[in-house]
Amino acid sequence: MLKHRIIPCVLLKDWQLVKSIQFGSFRTIGHPTATVRVYNARNVDELIVLDIDASLNNEPINTEIITDMANECFMPLTIGGGIKTIEDVYTVLGAGADKVSINSEAIKRPSFIKEIATIFGSQCVVCSIDIKKVDGKYKVFTKKNGVLDIDPLALAKEYENQGGGEILLTSVDREGTTLGYDSELLKLFATTLHIPIIINGGMGKPEHGVEALQNGADALAAAYIFHFTQYTPLMIKEELKTHHYPVRLS
Amino acid sequence: MSTNIVIIDYGMGNLRSVQKAFEKVGYSATITRDHALIKEASHIVLPGVGAFGDAMKNLNSLGLSDLLHVEILEHKKLFLGICLGMQLIAEKGYEFGEHQGLGWIENAKVIRFEESALKIPHVGWNEMNFHNPSILFKEIPDHSNFYFVHSYYFEAPSTYAIGQCDYGHSFVCAIQKSNIFATQFHPEKSQTHGLQIIKNFAQLTKESLC
Repeated sequence: MLKHRIIPCVLLKDWQLVKSIQFGSFRTIGHPTATVRVYNARNVDELIVLDIDASLNNEPINTEIITDMANECFMPLTIGGGIKTIEDVYTVLGAGADKVSINSEAIKRPSFIKEIATIFGSQCVVCSIDIKKVDGKYKVFTKKNGVLDIDPLALAKEYENQGGGEILLTSVDREGTTLGYDSELLKLFATTLHIPIIINGGMGKPEHGVEALQNGADALAAAYIFHFTQYTPLMIKEELKTHHYPVRLS
Repeated sequence: MSTNIVIIDYGMGNLRSVQKAFEKVGYSATITRDHALIKEASHIVLPGVGAFGDAMKNLNSLGLSDLLHVEILEHKKLFLGICLGMQLIAEKGYEFGEHQGLGWIENAKVIRFEESALKIPHVGWNEMNFHNPSILFKEIPDHSNFYFVHSYYFEAPSTYAIGQCDYGHSFVCAIQKSNIFATQFHPEKSQTHGLQIIKNFAQLTKESLC
């Protein structure tokens, strides 16, 4: 049976891995390669790293650090941040990533998803959508441009139609809060989309993971819980197993 | 003949991941599309992330399809296909149209998972159940988890199946036909058990198959 995945999702900033709180303040997690080595030893199922220097400051994609991380990563590695062209995808995969996460460029140009999927396959494309609730409505959010008047569910459906492989769904409001995933948001997406959903933002204890799977998530992304609480990926998996969800324990 | 591993570079994906997995288990592997280097190799690895049609187009335009036919089918060099690299040894692939594959496994075709309650792509960790025994799985427990990521699967008679996986239905996820080995999952991304498979392949010799 297919296992539910536990995926650390961290940011790359100034050559360090960091964790943000509601897309605002940053806390340092550690040196990229050392951190990846720890994740690898802890048998997490995948790793997502988003390069915010590349996405926010238009710096070139940091292939040197991607290569260093990939060298320590014997599990799937997804890299995002600043990927705007097919050339960028070649660069990131060439540095050792297995998948790319696409966000801003696809908002401007959803057909970019299709371009990537046609060349590299759908499984290579993680479509990342950051969402903020404004006046009771979910809106697409980017750190660069703030809240956009775009319906995130319609955008996600468009990505699915364009051949996106997975959706990385991040609640900006919950991110780094440990309040739990946004169940309402998750249910809305899970009942509509057919491609796997990686829910992100808010896991503070293993029970939040159980709740997310009950609400239709396929995989759980998190960062805060792994670095600033007593919980380990294994503890989360054991909690999921107690609730009869298939997980990979070895 | 000493171990000389090459990873075929045909412009399709995660070559470096595969190379560093070999390094991790103590072997160097050369990423190349150079015919001379490929002719000197003892072990040939065909990885791949991408679409079937593009991959075949690249293999053909680089003259690699013909070269691989000679090296694998005639010279019987050890071959490991990974993910798309497994799919390409089928006769036909049906990703974005119909495409001719390398055709090393008779009556094998690569088709899309049916739309159903299950999500596509099949992505994540899933169990491999042993079918025919294989030297590739030395020191691997039955039902171990491996990392899969694919929307199309290998449909073939179970003659050469060494591993099967369940996703909606059972499908062949690993094959061995004498010197030809292939896995649908990514051993290079499957941590301990995956690295063991990489090691097992590297340790094979032509003689050990006889």
